[in-house]
Amino acid sequence: MNTATGPLLGGVGLRRSYGGRTAVEVDRIELREGEMLAVFGPNGAGKSTLMRLLAMLEKPDDGEVTFRGGSGRPAERALRAASAVVFQRPHFWSDSVEYNVGLGLALRGVPRPEVRARSRVVCEQLAISHLLEAPISRLSGGEAQRVALARALVLDPEILFLDEPTANLDTDSRLDLRHDLERVARERATSVFLITHDRGEAFHLADRVAVIRDGKLVQTGTPKEIYENPADVYTARVTGAEFTISGDVTRAHERMVTVDIGGASLVALGEAVPGTPVKIAYRPEDLVLGPPDVPPADLSTRNLVVATVEERRDMGGLVRLRLRGPVELVALVTLDAAEELGVDPGARVAVRAKATALHAFAAAPPAPPAPTLSDPAG
Amino acid sequence: MDPLLEALRLITSGDLYVWNVILRSLQISGSALLLAMVIGLPIGIAVGLTRFRLRLPVVAVINAGLAFPPVVVGLGVFLFLSRAGPLGDLQLLYTPAAMIGAQAILAGPYIAAVSLAAVENIRPDIALQARALGASRRQAILLQLREVRTSLVAAVAAGFGAIISEVGAVMMVGGNILGETRVMTTAIVLETRRGNFDVAIAMGIVLMLIALCVNAALLLLGRRTIRRGQVA
Repeated sequence: MNTATGPLLGGVGLRRSYGGRTAVEVDRIELREGEMLAVFGPNGAGKSTLMRLLAMLEKPDDGEVTFRGGSGRPAERALRAASAVVFQRPHFWSDSVEYNVGLGLALRGVPRPEVRARSRVVCEQLAISHLLEAPISRLSGGEAQRVALARALVLDPEILFLDEPTANLDTDSRLDLRHDLERVARERATSVFLITHDRGEAFHLADRVAVIRDGKLVQTGTPKEIYENPADVYTARVTGAEFTISGDVTRAHERMVTVDIGGASLVALGEAVPGTPVKIAYRPEDLVLGPPDVPPADLSTRNLVVATVEERRDMGGLVRLRLRGPVELVALVTLDAAEELGVDPGARVAVRAKATALHAFAAAPPAPPAPTLSDPAG
Repeated sequence: MDPLLEALRLITSGDLYVWNVILRSLQISGSALLLAMVIGLPIGIAVGLTRFRLRLPVVAVINAGLAFPPVVVGLGVFLFLSRAGPLGDLQLLYTPAAMIGAQAILAGPYIAAVSLAAVENIRPDIALQARALGASRRQAILLQLREVRTSLVAAVAAGFGAIISEVGAVMMVGGNILGETRVMTTAIVLETRRGNFDVAIAMGIVLMLIALCVNAALLLLGRRTIRRGQVA
């Protein structure tokens, strides 16, 4: 799905509170024509509330939602006609799958033969046409969520709102539905507003990702931008970074800092004045392991430490290693590389990392707990 | 002859007296039920779906209606319709209209209270889902009611049960006049006093069969009332 310019849907100064507790406080958010925007954050971050506000299913205490530049009742009516929503726990009326899939069309006054025809087409696309006559009560979780998706897609929406559509599914069903989401949404060139707490889902599917925490957007950008340049400790953590390295800044120059980690120095991206304690975020897969005897001069990487393997955990085709050097490190290597290097506990290895793979953040305040995450590739 | 066999003979042979009373009962209780539905269902649904400041007292009043003693309702209607009462000029006392009014007052609170209880338990996400599908306000309400239609039919069945077997109020305001206001319950009382047990048993059997059939029919209706597409 290619991103075009110009906001299709926008929210400005959105505030929503429940019983004195602020659930959403977003200065600006926009969904562009044809893009998939994923709002990613932990449970309770305000994602679903934000979606209800943008879908104009709930009114904000402050702020304004616009659709195609318009606001108020006319925009609400237009958005209702041009959008569809798939909730995390969709409600189905106790009837057949066909009735539920065609309900939105029936509500819009579409003649029954057309409702039937369009329902059948979308159900075939989602491989659920064999369920059309089945009572809704007999569906599995995966089938039910696929029916919910069919019920939304049959409306040919300009905007598809998805509220954690795969959250309650088993792994296979989740991957199948995710694949369908991507395929069908792209085929229909629908703009998608996806709510998820699944990092893999957000970063794999979306054109842009908005990271939300405590009701506020922390960072918005392409998955690559966010992955490579997390705005803060929270974003770094929720995008899979480790924070085992800490030290004091000894030198700062043009968004780069040199950090003394006790017996060694590392160069990292970051802005901090010398003397500041920092934590360094890195991704285990960005650490490069090699034999401890390669001269540093032969390498383009600016950071090199020698460490001892303390623990090895095999994870399918990958091996996760806990290393002890000047600081504790976590590395992720392929099984082949692990075998080649012989990285069993006790082995010594050289650990290298590009300066651009390390991000220094002020050590305080401490990083919040990360949400439940899946592998970025998953 | 055995009174039970005689009762069955009276029913199957189409005895004029027995069937006249049966049809009059259905006519009066059916009309009363219709009136009670027209008033009770909208009240129950409206109070169940909305939240307002004096809602709790309103719910308490509706629920109190369930405990109205039929004879007291009968007395109240009697006093209203008696010559000295505020509606005395209408000369409705001892007419089917008076009986319909009394029965509607008895059935209305049942229908309102049971439908209110059903509707207020509708999950809020149903309305949200309906709106997300593009339902108008009216369509969203119908889609919510669709999910409790069996309970709404049960509300009507409860109202019907409250009046078809009632004797005190209809006796007071109807007077048990043959061919005019004599219904099955008042006839059973009368015929039992006279020692005509076969007629009383015949009425009793029919009364129970009607209660059974009406409830079964209402339940079936509940499953079919709002068919696919009718909400649109």
